[in-house]
Amino acid sequence: MKVPPDFGVDDSQLSEATVPNDLRSAKEPEHCILRELMRCGYDEDTIFGIKLALEEALTNAIKHGNRNDTSKHIVIRYYVDPQRAVIMVRDEGNGFCPATVPDPTAEENLERPNGRGLMLMQCYMTKVRFNEAGNEVWLLKERQDRLA
Amino acid sequence: MEQPSSHLKIKRADGVAIVEFADRKILEELSIQEIGEELAQLVDAEPGIRLLLNFRNVDHLSSAALGMLITLNRKVQEKKGALKLSDINRQIFEVFKITKLNRVFDIHDSAEQALTGFGRA
Repeated sequence: MKVPPDFGVDDSQLSEATVPNDLRSAKEPEHCILRELMRCGYDEDTIFGIKLALEEALTNAIKHGNRNDTSKHIVIRYYVDPQRAVIMVRDEGNGFCPATVPDPTAEENLERPNGRGLMLMQCYMTKVRFNEAGNEVWLLKERQDRLA
Repeated sequence: MEQPSSHLKIKRADGVAIVEFADRKILEELSIQEIGEELAQLVDAEPGIRLLLNFRNVDHLSSAALGMLITLNRKVQEKKGALKLSDINRQIFEVFKITKLNRVFDIHDSAEQALTGFGRA
């Protein structure tokens, strides 16, 4: 899937990295993204939120999408400028339907140990988009957007 | 008496087990699992434990870490103990508020306040 047209960047502007299916391998592209955010002068709270959303997306890809299979890979694409940060994470899994994830803040779900990653991504990012299969997620943070 | 651990620093005061995290970022699945296991062992070894988790060294955590804390909280309750959290920074507390877990956990601004909340041993 190409970058969603309402994310305000062209597909050709995105950097890309393919890494083995573990969080440690994803650290290098993550550090590149965080360095760019700091270089563009994003504030600490925004960087915290983007980092959290990215790591939730990576964990979902590694653990749920690729089922912790070390022979699989994840693809990370990203672009950062002073107005926006765009990040894509794709796994090799069959995908899922985001609409079927229960609300983790509902009373009956509050003490479940899982199911908060997607909600945190949606709270801290301006937009979260999945491809049709559900194995690719696009995250947009617009700099002037405050925590929802 | 402080007990060595790979992820946790544990000491005792006023009958309370006070735990600080050695990792600034509680993110990776494996270390979360190991932290959860270490804390579970602590709770199993001491029924009725009064346990304080001090987050002063933590500047980042993931939803998986929240899940680990929920599981721990349930275990402490089953063992008729009490769990409090303290020194959570503003950004991480925001995560607790967004997920409404600030209603599930007994959170205090400081370890001193939490210890007072436990009362005398």
